[in-house]
Amino acid sequence: MKNKHKRWTFARKYCMLLKGLQLFYGGMILTKYRVLAGPEGYLPPAAACEGIALPDVGYALIEGREVPEQEALSAIVDKLLSAKRPFFFPGPNVLWEWKAGVAEKAAAVRKLADTAGARVIPMPDYRPKYPMINPAIEINPNHPNLTIWHNKIDVCVFVGVHCHYANMALKIIRGGTDCYTIAICGEAGHEDANITLRDAGIPQLEALTAMVAERRRLS
Amino acid sequence: MTKPMLKMTAAFADVMPAEYVELVQSGPFGKGYGVADLGSFKELIEEHPLCAGCGLALAVRLIMASLPSPEDTVVVGSTGCSSLAFPQIALQNIHSLFGNQNAVATGLKRALTLRFPDKHKDVLVVAGDGATADIGLDMVLHSWFRGEKLATIMLDNEAYANTGGQESGMSPEGCVLNMAPTGKKFKKIALPEIARESGCAYVASVTPVQPRKLEKAVRRAILVAREVGPTYVQIFVPCPTNYKFKPQETLVKAKQKEKDQTYPLREFITPEAQSYLAAIEGGGKRD
Ligand SMILES: Cc1ncc(C[n+]2csc(CCOP(=O)(O)OP(=O)(O)O)c2C)c(N)n1
Ligand code: SF4
Ligand SMILES: [Mg+2]
Repeated sequence: MKNKHKRWTFARKYCMLLKGLQLFYGGMILTKYRVLAGPEGYLPPAAACEGIALPDVGYALIEGREVPEQEALSAIVDKLLSAKRPFFFPGPNVLWEWKAGVAEKAAAVRKLADTAGARVIPMPDYRPKYPMINPAIEINPNHPNLTIWHNKIDVCVFVGVHCHYANMALKIIRGGTDCYTIAICGEAGHEDANITLRDAGIPQLEALTAMVAERRRLS
Repeated sequence: MTKPMLKMTAAFADVMPAEYVELVQSGPFGKGYGVADLGSFKELIEEHPLCAGCGLALAVRLIMASLPSPEDTVVVGSTGCSSLAFPQIALQNIHSLFGNQNAVATGLKRALTLRFPDKHKDVLVVAGDGATADIGLDMVLHSWFRGEKLATIMLDNEAYANTGGQESGMSPEGCVLNMAPTGKKFKKIALPEIARESGCAYVASVTPVQPRKLEKAVRRAILVAREVGPTYVQIFVPCPTNYKFKPQETLVKAKQKEKDQTYPLREFITPEAQSYLAAIEGGGKRD
């Protein structure tokens, strides 16, 4: 199993390397796409189309680069504590108590946000909101940039937002704002975030909270 | 929408926008409300952006108040004025590509039947006259031919209202609209009769002038679709913007058409649906 996993990882990385190397006419310059904070301009590419693959189990992505989960946890703490206006955007998965265990996860997310001194703006559903949203109190995946601009948010954390809507919103944010995006994802991760965890549950949330508290205590 | 999904997690209850808090506190789920209770519960999450006096907006609210089990209902909509109101309703809803609504609803209904074999999950198609009788007519008819257990409701404003006023197959002969300046050259499509001949077990045409009648038709359509077969309800929803009358005249216009029979009210029920309805309606208002 382990060997198979290693072989798979090697093959995947080889493909990624080939995909990530872009040959430009004229200059013969080799580049690899990096998932950086924007503004990248109208209709930025999906990171997946630029060769960024989701992290393997036990790993995470920082700006499109695969790193061990622990490294990403430290990077998240750095970003949260150096932000001027950090915000958490919890989605339906943690806002609504739809199955057992959700309440505990939601409490762990809230504790992390409060410990980091971050404000919380919810994304209760994904409805298009006509005629307008109130960006002071809510975020909508169809125009997340409005909430980011209105609240001058420089670092945001997505948590509990379903895959497709998270990726769409993260891409719009990268396109139109300079906000740094973090995804604490319970599934396979979000390559469109600047930092993404995968399989993140209460252990990762508690680890982040402890790291933030410790850094605050020392500073 | 299942009831447990309407519980907020305690950790974030303090940051939820007011309309969601109201939805949890006074939504229609599991309460057995009807049109007579409108105003006492929350059937819309937020304000809708439709024009003042819009007959379609009124009909949408009446439909929402007529559902036998809102918590187990999914509305499939289509492009048009109603698609601007549907995101605001306190109900699961899917927006389908213009005209595809009955095909999308077919797949959804079949999937829900497989997933919840012991439960009624009502799939309700609600779309404009353009979506139902013109561009989506093939999907609508074939869902009826196949006997899909769907309730299809047409919001008949007799025009393509959302795109500025083109004639539809449901516009009355001779009518002049912004983009039909010489008047419509052929008759209004007789969709209730077509529905009856195409396999619908229950068919009705109603107006919002008589909310109780509308409620009864919508409930019957949904209940018959659960057990017997496809159903169709056509609701006349006057459009002040495209038919150029004052917003406060909407119900007057509907009443006028009811009275002079230019919008004939109909009810066709197959014998099988009739005996099913007799069995369930005998026992009181709610099933
Ligand atoms: C596939 C497709 N064709 C055409 C349109 C353009 N379109 C948008 S709304 C509309 C008219 C809708 O008319 P109706 O179904 O009667 O709804 P109403 O706006 O009158 O409520 C049309 C043609 C579209 N959005 N998609
Ligand atoms: S154009 Fe007509 S149907 Fe559409 S929202 Fe306005 S009044 Fe209603
Ligand atoms: Mg219409």
